[in-house]
Amino acid sequence: MGETPHRSAHAGTGGHPVTLGHERSAGASARVAEAPVSPRTPDDDRGLGGGGGLPRARAFGAERAFRGVTLAAGVAVLVIIAAIAVFLIAKAVPALRANSANFWTFEGWFPNDDPPTFGIGALAFGTVLTALLALLVAVPVALGIALYLSHYAPRRLGTALGFVIDLLAAVPSVVFGLWGRDYLVGPVADLSAWLNRYFGWIPIFGDGPYGNSILLGSLVLAIMVLPIITSLSREVFLQTPTANEEAALALGATRWEMLRTAVLPYGRPGIIAAVMLGLGRALGETIALALTLGSTYAISFNILANGGNSIAANIANRFAEANETGRGALIASGLVLFAITLVVNITARAIIYRRREFTESAA
Amino acid sequence: MAKRIDATDVTAYYGGFKAIENINLTVEPKTVTALIGPSGCGKSTFLRSINRMHEVLPGARVEGSLTIDGQDIYHRDVDVTAVRRMIGMVFQRPNPFPTMSIFENVVAGLRLNGVRRKSILDEAAEKALRAANLWDEVKDRLGKPGAGLSGGQQQRLCIARTIAVEPQVVLMDEPCSALDPISTLAIEDLMFQLKDKFTIIIVTHNMQQAARVSDRTAFFSIEKTGDPGRLIEYDNTQKIFSNPGQKKTEDYITGRFG
Amino acid sequence: MTTTLTPRRSRPPAQPASLRARRLPGYAAPALAALALLVAAGIVYGVDLGGPVLVVVLGAVLYLAGLFVAANAVEGRRSARNRFWSALIHSALVLAVLPLASVVWTLVSKGTARLDGDFFGSSMNNIGARDANGGAYHAIVGTLEQVGIATAITVPLGVLCAIYIVEYGRGRFAFTIRFFVDVMTGIPSIVTGLFVLAFWVLIVSPWFNDGQPGFSGFAAALALSVLMLPTVVRSTEEMLRLVPAPLREGAYALGVPKWKTILRVVLPTALPGIVTGIMLSIARAAGETAPVLLVAGGGAAINFNPFENNQSSLALFVYQQAGEASKYSPARAWTAALTLVVLVLVLTVAAKLLARRNRLGR
Repeated sequence: MGETPHRSAHAGTGGHPVTLGHERSAGASARVAEAPVSPRTPDDDRGLGGGGGLPRARAFGAERAFRGVTLAAGVAVLVIIAAIAVFLIAKAVPALRANSANFWTFEGWFPNDDPPTFGIGALAFGTVLTALLALLVAVPVALGIALYLSHYAPRRLGTALGFVIDLLAAVPSVVFGLWGRDYLVGPVADLSAWLNRYFGWIPIFGDGPYGNSILLGSLVLAIMVLPIITSLSREVFLQTPTANEEAALALGATRWEMLRTAVLPYGRPGIIAAVMLGLGRALGETIALALTLGSTYAISFNILANGGNSIAANIANRFAEANETGRGALIASGLVLFAITLVVNITARAIIYRRREFTESAA
Repeated sequence: MAKRIDATDVTAYYGGFKAIENINLTVEPKTVTALIGPSGCGKSTFLRSINRMHEVLPGARVEGSLTIDGQDIYHRDVDVTAVRRMIGMVFQRPNPFPTMSIFENVVAGLRLNGVRRKSILDEAAEKALRAANLWDEVKDRLGKPGAGLSGGQQQRLCIARTIAVEPQVVLMDEPCSALDPISTLAIEDLMFQLKDKFTIIIVTHNMQQAARVSDRTAFFSIEKTGDPGRLIEYDNTQKIFSNPGQKKTEDYITGRFG
Repeated sequence: MTTTLTPRRSRPPAQPASLRARRLPGYAAPALAALALLVAAGIVYGVDLGGPVLVVVLGAVLYLAGLFVAANAVEGRRSARNRFWSALIHSALVLAVLPLASVVWTLVSKGTARLDGDFFGSSMNNIGARDANGGAYHAIVGTLEQVGIATAITVPLGVLCAIYIVEYGRGRFAFTIRFFVDVMTGIPSIVTGLFVLAFWVLIVSPWFNDGQPGFSGFAAALALSVLMLPTVVRSTEEMLRLVPAPLREGAYALGVPKWKTILRVVLPTALPGIVTGIMLSIARAAGETAPVLLVAGGGAAINFNPFENNQSSLALFVYQQAGEASKYSPARAWTAALTLVVLVLVLTVAAKLLARRNRLGR
């Protein structure tokens, strides 16, 4: 595991200055550099037909060629990941150089001004806060529904509802955003006023005005990731071996105890994966937040008042008016988002892979 | 510690399908009773009816009466979990909890019942593992995953897990069918020892095994596919295998019908 | 009640004294629920804390607590826990159904308002703030073209990549590719949009666009294909692994070379599953707004050429109409949203049905 990032960086640097149109041959040559197998490979990178078109007598060559083409496709993945980092950095650096404020701490976004000033702090804060709040709401509910669908509901109802949940998971986020902006905003404003009235002594429930707040954004995110997490964890729960469930029941476990001893421990890596996927979605969600957050540039823990922002929402909101430096600044913020999601993802995958190896070696 | 089981007119269904019909038999305490018969004759269904595991499957239900020392297992006021604690079960394939260590597997049942004291758990785990003839093999690696043991060891671990809660009756559903001959012998030896404390009912496809380990044998059969399984003959094992009362039983044990 | 009073020591800790247990009567749960609601109403209206919503919420909390206490007293701790968690799990369902049902209801009721020929037959060209008509024809064209091009790029690349991972890849290098495919699944769509913006729109396309950044539908397709790639690879990989080994071995035994075995035997066997994965990834891509916003630029007029000039898409159309001040734009936004959802759901349902008929199963 320790070596993995290093390798990709190596493969990536080989491919980054090449344009996408040449990507496959770039991948192929990178492969040749790594393990020279066949000199013919770079000639033949046009996909399936290329391999099949060679005369039969040279079947051995066709085998090599096909293998090379698939390898090139595999390498393309690494090239794309590396290219994302490289191109974002290439466009972000000039803007960051021009920035006369501290990129990490400045609370504001004026990249079109002269001199340009912009800072990521408030945006990154808002991104993480909304995503975490959303998960805080969505994960317990999602796991509850997943357990209901897999172990409480009658089988037919469970399957039918599971199908509906799968469909809801496919609904585009812009729909949730539109709904949140037009219909959830009223109830959330009422809820905000009520929370402020009775729990205003807790700092996060500060004064208004209420409307497009972090609370609204987080709730819309929560509703959006709910079907996704539910659908994945339901599948995980359904995979629990019946033998283990019966073993627990035969020991005299109640239904809840059966879930605790057999289903939940077995599904833990899958649940972690589902939650992390939900977190990734929530961190990167653009449109739902662009429509529901107040778009301000201050770090505030008051989740009720108008305000809040996130990296992705800010990109969508400010892109149209951005000039050369403005675009660079937005790309720089996107780079930070990329880094955040990359860290979250790699951590999650590392946990899952290690767990999977444990259970596989044990089985 | 061991109790008597009476089945009266037990009929079990899977949805609309009648799997067994009108089973009547009595199992005496501290004996080993073998249930034999061709595939699909309802031996396992009957076994699962005894600790109410049959009804776990969707649409499955049981009619008739099953009592343990006179207490009706299917009475409306009966707590299902209490039945299953009193009547333990070992399954066809070893099914230790994959996420738990050997120790945790053995004490899983006790933990469920709220036993928290480490000293009690340690003692119970050692006792159960010794009773399952597994202690010497695993005492140095109690913290390792239970799924890391060999198939035979896993099955003995499952037996230890079952007897750790000290049930009155132990049901075994073809416990050796997934095991090699040596592990099978180990488990058969174990049954001889466990008989002193528990009432044991075992389903088996292996007639030699039934003849070796059991005191009484019940022969189940079906007329044809789709018909419910019936109890054909129930007698002392010796009698069943030397001088069966029914033609069908004789055909089956001599291999003329299967 | 036939509770046998044996001294506690004589039986092991796990064994019940009797099979019979005291149970809460059947009417206990509904009675508790009613009582909890009454108490909640009393508290809320008595102290003037809020409205009916709060009554229900407080009632639910009181019910859960009351249920636990009552079951604990009568049936014991284990049963009380069981009942408590069961009730909690059921309430999670109720809690989630409300907003999700509201989304669906709003979508259907608002979305049907502009479901007319004009909407599907015209664009937003020359539609002012006071015009009630105008449609999403240009956006539908954009969505179809962009998704089509993205699919054409992604499918060969993704399937070949999966073939490498499953059939040829060995050791650490194949593992690295797998790992990064997994990581790619988590890249936010806006980042892929920014990537294509930096790489294609700002750096590459000016070469053949007189030095001007070339916003186009093709750029959006590139961004979407980066999004689709990991899904296609993962699902293809899973399906290829499900192809039984004897099938391959049978072909090898006949002297068929490996590449031909893969193309003629393995791929056709896994095809339904692969198509399912591809359709699901298309559904996901069709609903993406952010990348299209960044690199296709949007636009009010019909543009059939994905390689030149701005293009819109359905998702982007929804977002842009949502931002308009015109009083007619919400209706257009909701109708476009409904159209988009129908498109996505048709793809998803078709994919699921196909998966169900898949011979390899899951």
